Amino acid sequence: MTLRPSFLDVIDVRKHYGAIKAVDGVSLSVRPGEIVGVIGPNGSGKTTLFNTILGQIKPTGGTVEFCGEDITGMSPLELARRGVGRTFQTLQVFGRLSVRDNLIAAAQESKGTMPGRLFARPDAGLRHRSDEMLGLFRLEHVASLPAGSLSYGQQKLIDIAMAFMPAPRLVLLDEPCAGVNPSLVDELLDLLLALNRTQGGSFVVIEHNMDFIMKLCPHVLCMVEGRVLAEGPPAALQANPQVLEAYLGN
Amino acid sequence: MTRTRLFMLAVALIAFGVLPFFLKSYGLYLLTLFCVYLMATYGLNLTVGYAGQMSLGHAAFFGIGAYHAAILLKLGWPFLLVLAIAAVACFIVGLALGFPALRVQHHYLAFATLGFNVLVFLMMRNEQTITGGTFGISAIPRPSLLGYSLDGAIPFFYFTYASTLTLVALLWWLLRSPWGRAFAALRDNPIRAESLGINITAYTLLAFAIGAACAGVGGVYFAALVGFIEPAPFHFSWSMTMLLAVIVGGSGRFFGPVLGTVIIVLLPEWLRGAQNWYLAVFGFLVVALMVWLPGGLSSIPDRFARKAAK
Repeated sequence: MTLRPSFLDVIDVRKHYGAIKAVDGVSLSVRPGEIVGVIGPNGSGKTTLFNTILGQIKPTGGTVEFCGEDITGMSPLELARRGVGRTFQTLQVFGRLSVRDNLIAAAQESKGTMPGRLFARPDAGLRHRSDEMLGLFRLEHVASLPAGSLSYGQQKLIDIAMAFMPAPRLVLLDEPCAGVNPSLVDELLDLLLALNRTQGGSFVVIEHNMDFIMKLCPHVLCMVEGRVLAEGPPAALQANPQVLEAYLGN
Repeated sequence: MTRTRLFMLAVALIAFGVLPFFLKSYGLYLLTLFCVYLMATYGLNLTVGYAGQMSLGHAAFFGIGAYHAAILLKLGWPFLLVLAIAAVACFIVGLALGFPALRVQHHYLAFATLGFNVLVFLMMRNEQTITGGTFGISAIPRPSLLGYSLDGAIPFFYFTYASTLTLVALLWWLLRSPWGRAFAALRDNPIRAESLGINITAYTLLAFAIGAACAGVGGVYFAALVGFIEPAPFHFSWSMTMLLAVIVGGSGRFFGPVLGTVIIVLLPEWLRGAQNWYLAVFGFLVVALMVWLPGGLSSIPDRFARKAAK
């Protein structure tokens, strides 16, 4: 059996703040359509790794390649243009814009040129796509309300829907279940699996909810103190004494 | 916009258009001045209200437009050409002023733009060979259009009114386009906006440049209206006043500048009956308004709607 070529290759990435090694020689590969989970206790460097991959912070060393292209240190803007999307640990919606406008804003820049968008239709030709996403995330009934006026759970759904609106090739999700009630967690799981099936993009997911990550990700990495402690199928990690010790202590 | 709102807007525009027939010359002058400042405050509302960039230098652009008009109109240049030159000049200077906004935000940006206004004001006052210094430039001619003189107060009012409506319509179209949504995204969450591929550098610079061009256009009409300019109306205190108009009217709301400009141009005139107390009364009213209506005057309908929904 031949493996499909890697889509995202993170090779020996390091981010040091003086003597503090927030990320220290992390490597990972994500194949097209694959969902990779990243777990680890607080302060293990998961979000720093994300921010390094996504150009939010410059790495001290190592390289990041996407579809064979070196994207190390590229700005979030350039990455977005290459089809890399993300969500953040905290809610990041456009609070004064309506839910529909949040979704359209998330994808409009991938349509045409900047001068061309000045003369484009107000919905930038994304009405149908936004209807699809509103339906998928069950947000039709709040489509015209300002996003900032909705509940935390609804804003979380908007936040995630925005990341998928431009049909990205790779999405990095930073703690999608944080602050979300248990019934919504199941809904979120189904949504992400459906999106992976229908859109075919690859996901990298940071999460503390073990049940969620075990059901979502066929391949999981466990980070501790900036390094990859173990990786493999979720069941293997759950049975790994080093991983258990990192989470639960001796 | 619903049909009822469209009808109300049409009635308001027609009512405003027939007002000159019921006013004396000073009232007509104030009405024209209102239109002139409206062009500038609409530009500032784009920069501050829609794109979320702080600016305390708007009066400088108003002044740059006015001095362009004063100098070039006295040389006999056609009004529309002068208007275009002033708008382009302000657009370019506005782009340059947008660069600090790429590095600093909020009060730091406020001080950077305030410094710019002080610099421009000092140039207007000290570069006497060009600007006439504190003596200013007088006898600025009013334009003529297709051979029809706009010297009279009423023709010039209608010319200014039509120009204001054109500028406001252009801004309405701009803000409805995907650019308007990108400006709002930049205001609400620049980090998320960039992660979604919105070029925050370009939109930040454009927000300043377009806002500045609107102020420059307003400045051209100001020079033609007053017929004499000197540096005082372009002092940074006027930038504060324009910002006050945007905030009191309702920052980031399309009709906010209309109400805000009424407050800064017309309310002081209505309060003249209070004689020496008028500035104190004006200040008190503004403070009270900000306490009770932080969303500005144009947020009143929303407030009633929220109360009705409870």
